[in-house]
Amino acid sequence: MHELSVMANTLEIALDQMRRQGASRIHVITLRIGELSGVVPEALTFAFEAVVIGTPAEKARLVVEVVPVLCHCPRCGNEFHPADVIYQCPTCAHISADVRGGCELELASLEVS
Amino acid sequence: MCRDCKCSTSVSAPEHTHAHEHEQPRRAEQRTLAVHEHLLARNNHQAEHNRKLFRAKGLLVLNLLSSPGAGKTRLLERTLSDLGQQLRLGVIVGDLQTDNDARRLSDRGAPVVPITTGTVCHLEAEMVARAVEQVDLDALDILIIENVGNLVCPASFDLGEELRVVLLSTTEGEDKPLKYPLAFKTAHVVLLNKIDLAEVAAFDRQAALENIRRIAPQAIVLEVSARTGAGLELWYHYLESRCAEWRISRSAATVLH
Repeated sequence: MHELSVMANTLEIALDQMRRQGASRIHVITLRIGELSGVVPEALTFAFEAVVIGTPAEKARLVVEVVPVLCHCPRCGNEFHPADVIYQCPTCAHISADVRGGCELELASLEVS
Repeated sequence: MCRDCKCSTSVSAPEHTHAHEHEQPRRAEQRTLAVHEHLLARNNHQAEHNRKLFRAKGLLVLNLLSSPGAGKTRLLERTLSDLGQQLRLGVIVGDLQTDNDARRLSDRGAPVVPITTGTVCHLEAEMVARAVEQVDLDALDILIIENVGNLVCPASFDLGEELRVVLLSTTEGEDKPLKYPLAFKTAHVVLLNKIDLAEVAAFDRQAALENIRRIAPQAIVLEVSARTGAGLELWYHYLESRCAEWRISRSAATVLH
């Protein structure tokens, strides 16, 4: 449960970007959160509501884009989105440890004015 | 401000040193900025500094993760005692409160630095950077970082380690890897501890090994008992051989550069 510190860090980055652009309000904050990032989107939303109070992002809407896990199969070369936490290739049944996506944890964009 | 290179802590990818505007105004004055900044950029940046320092010192650094009570400290007590003659070991011990674990380890001839995190449920790279300032890294072969007992949050925080070791004990049940996939998927080694208690705990060994293999096919799995010492010789062999490989690859890198 480190979503609160992640969100506080996010707000810090967002406010910094807002100021650099000479803006004074943040309207939308869009995050890209990988399924394997270790962060829970619901907990982020909860933390967001707490950290924005009294800041130029107080009225902002939080958009969380969840990025599914993408695996590469070293045996057959297939790329696939695993069905669950076991990354089994749907083509050849090999279990892959080669993760190519789904670890994202980023502030993708802001809408400011 | 970054402690090492004095760059801004608001670290952006090189291609995104500043946000750039897109031409899609919602209202006249409202605009979209593409940012693409990692939310743990600050930690990741410090972790890279740590890794660079550890590599420059030829030091093999392990990040040891487990649930509370899985036996991390007991494992380290034995490892320091049994391997202390062959390898120069040092330990950083993270705990929410108290330095009890650090004190348990402190009479074994190895430097032990406690980090009390307060309410923070994981170690961060900056805490490790501060802790290693208290240790003579040149006098060590291996530094083991005992993370806070928690299988969730520590998995997301790179500390600058070379190897991640996850400890799972038989009293925790065989489905733990399925419940905490990230920790296991990022592990180089999984130690299955308390095998001496497996029978009492009605632990299904086959199911556990199968779960580990399916969740973490990349990991080396060693079955041990930190209490009785069963299986620990393999763990020691592993540490010794990784340390030797590490030294060879580091000295080769030094020659090449």
